[in-house]
Amino acid sequence: MDTPFTIGGRTFQSRLMVGTGKYQDTETMVRAIEASGAEIVTVAVRRVDLDRTHEASILHHLDPKRFSLLANTAGCYTADEAMRYARLGREAGFNEFVKLEVIGDQETLLPDVQGLLEAAKVLVKEGFQVLAYTNEDLVTALKLEDAGCAAVMPLASPIGSGLGLLHPLWIRTIKRRLKAPVVVDAGVGTASDACVTMEQGVDGILMNTAIAAARDPVAMAHAMRLAVEAGRAAFLAGRMPRREVALPSSPTEGMLD
Amino acid sequence: MKQATSETIDVMVNGEPRAVPAGATLLELLGTLGLDPRAVVVEHNRRIVRRPALGDVSVAPGDAIELVHFVGGG
Repeated sequence: MDTPFTIGGRTFQSRLMVGTGKYQDTETMVRAIEASGAEIVTVAVRRVDLDRTHEASILHHLDPKRFSLLANTAGCYTADEAMRYARLGREAGFNEFVKLEVIGDQETLLPDVQGLLEAAKVLVKEGFQVLAYTNEDLVTALKLEDAGCAAVMPLASPIGSGLGLLHPLWIRTIKRRLKAPVVVDAGVGTASDACVTMEQGVDGILMNTAIAAARDPVAMAHAMRLAVEAGRAAFLAGRMPRREVALPSSPTEGMLD
Repeated sequence: MKQATSETIDVMVNGEPRAVPAGATLLELLGTLGLDPRAVVVEHNRRIVRRPALGDVSVAPGDAIELVHFVGGG
């Protein structure tokens, strides 16, 4: 039996969280989210387009009673900017959960961990449940946990890269050393990446581009759901030890002369 | 909707200059822009103004107003 997946006092059935960006159209997005089985979906805070005010907000397509909306601070490069977006997101989404990103570099979208920690500390004091997007650095992860983050979210590989899990060792280490939930965020490209990531024992995984940029996003969302479940189940089952020589599966006795 | 008067003031809305009737409230501003106050979050000079207070806050020349909502994102 699996343990419940709880973040910030809320318990979820699905360990897969999905983003809502980069979809060709809203209908595909809604169907992909359905197929993924995700209960937590991320959204971004942006200016209303004043020339297209009749365009329905994404909230019209995602029932807040069914999905926990997780506002992100994507695109923010300083702690102050991220805190501003977090506060706006709280007003827009009526919940205290924020996926905190403070980006430090445009090319890699790697986090500015100093700004991240600074913003996390303030937002936790303001009552936010902070899910902090970070790199696979254990020391930063420990500091984020100390700051009171509801979850620590190390990357598998750069956002939108689809390169898969680059450093399983550090993800395992972070999971082993933290009491806070660890959710791998960003970088998976296909189902096997999600499965291998979950096999490291992490609590969950968040992805967007791997689903949205697939040729068939709805079918990939389904594949990701199965992969996350399979990876989790395999972790709980406990894999066999690796060995570098063969060991026959069939009896060596009883062979004919 | 409030009729535009001859007297207007200039404010910044989402980074763009915009002429609004002098003395207009934030709620009236949303009305003139065709926005549902339930669908946007209003930041007035860097301070969030919650929906029930939108009719109590008037805009002044040079004010910076940001109107935001949720869009797709990761």
